[in-house]
Amino acid sequence: MIELENVAYSYGGGELLSEISVKLAPGSFHFLTGPSGAGKTTFMKLCYGALLPTAGHVRLFNHDVRLMDRDDIALNRRRIGVVHQDCQFLDHLPVHENIALPLSVSGRDSLDELANLKELVSWVGLKSRAEALPPELSGGERQRAALARAVIMSPDVVLADEPTGNVDWEMSQRLLQLLIELNRMGKTILIATHDLNLIRAAKSQVQARVLRIANRRVQLAGADL
Amino acid sequence: MKLLSRCSAFFVGDAQADRVVPPTGFTANLTIFSAAAMGFLAVFALALSLAAGRLADRWSNELARSSTLRISAPADQMDAQIAAALRVLETTPGVATAHALNDDEQRTLLEPFFGPDLPLDTLPIPQLIAINESVQGYDATGLRLRLAAEVPGAVLDDHTRWRKPLVRAASRLRLLGWTAFLLIGGAMAAMITLAAQSALAANTQVISVLRLVGAQDSYIAGAFVRRFTLRGFSGAAIGMVAGVVAIALLPAAQDEGGFLTGLGFHGAHWLWPLLIPMVGGIVAFAATRAAARRKLKELP
Repeated sequence: MIELENVAYSYGGGELLSEISVKLAPGSFHFLTGPSGAGKTTFMKLCYGALLPTAGHVRLFNHDVRLMDRDDIALNRRRIGVVHQDCQFLDHLPVHENIALPLSVSGRDSLDELANLKELVSWVGLKSRAEALPPELSGGERQRAALARAVIMSPDVVLADEPTGNVDWEMSQRLLQLLIELNRMGKTILIATHDLNLIRAAKSQVQARVLRIANRRVQLAGADL
Repeated sequence: MKLLSRCSAFFVGDAQADRVVPPTGFTANLTIFSAAAMGFLAVFALALSLAAGRLADRWSNELARSSTLRISAPADQMDAQIAAALRVLETTPGVATAHALNDDEQRTLLEPFFGPDLPLDTLPIPQLIAINESVQGYDATGLRLRLAAEVPGAVLDDHTRWRKPLVRAASRLRLLGWTAFLLIGGAMAAMITLAAQSALAANTQVISVLRLVGAQDSYIAGAFVRRFTLRGFSGAAIGMVAGVVAIALLPAAQDEGGFLTGLGFHGAHWLWPLLIPMVGGIVAFAATRAAARRKLKELP
């Protein structure tokens, strides 16, 4: 699905990530953890082709990102749902249009797809807020809207960067349940978080591997988590 | 057919794709205003080019087919020389007609310089013979040699001397008109490029979101290109209509008015300004597309 092989990433003369080899198998559930500034977001961006590695290979669905042009990367990205740390919406469009954006850009905005949209908006509990503009949403609502947008194309992989960063414990549990539900549907999930309680809560419900970034390298975390 | 359907699809557009870029009322109005100003000026540049073209053709055709024979001779020999000259002209191949100007015609000719009631009898004014050429024209050098032998006081003026600079001047004027037209197009391209670049720079967040959800460059560029193309087209159309109205309101062409009153469009030339909105749209399309591609390449 997504494979990183001996990947390094440097920026401004300094190496942020080094010798990273990770494979996200279909249907797997991974957490990525580490202190702030360790490179979790950089790792996530490498996983969906927003950044290109300075060394090594990143393969999206068996295709090396270095050999892809921007349009190829865009096409592959339609198979990867991304929940960005700060959500990133088009603030002038209502929530339901933001959620439907992946359908519009891929020309799949048919009536059937739009019927699914209503279902999805209800699934993330935003039915009553569908016409609101993103700046009018609370932190939790924004995260749920971002999750709905990430999964509307029924992607093979969902990458969530700190999806519970700005929400309370109750809401983070709700978001986690949504992601676990997606994993049970066969989606590959990678969640970057520094919230160890969230990881513990997930591990009691799903078989998850935990990757830890430390000293620019990614290691498999031990049983302490 | 395929091109036509693509053009109509472009103008009808994709409502959702249009909405992904936030509306910008003030910038949009400025772009339309600038395109309208360019369209207005383009109408005048076009009118100048076409009028200069007509003038060049007229001078070239009319003057090329007429020439003048001037006879200076003592009064007692004048009639004999005129008769000899007319005989020579009648037998010259390529001369369609030749007639000696009478006193009234000569007076009319000189009236702009000396005023009415010119006493021709008291002035030593040469006699003029107007020559009209046939389509094939005559051999000016041969005629001059014959006249030198048979009518010693005759001087043939085939207008070449001053026809050429006039035609050259009119041709230059036409070139100037087309150059102005091209410069207006270039200025419009530069203006649309700046507006598009600023719109792209102001919407990097929008571009980043679109990329995040898998939008290809053609989709992102299309959202900007269609918007600016329609602005360029509609602005140029407004300017074109205003320019055509202004041209229509110019004083009608008169002989006394000379070149300036003949600046308008004639006949089918009135259709030419219809090209201006299309050129405006094409220029805006190309400028925005180039700016968008450049900007999208720069952005991560």
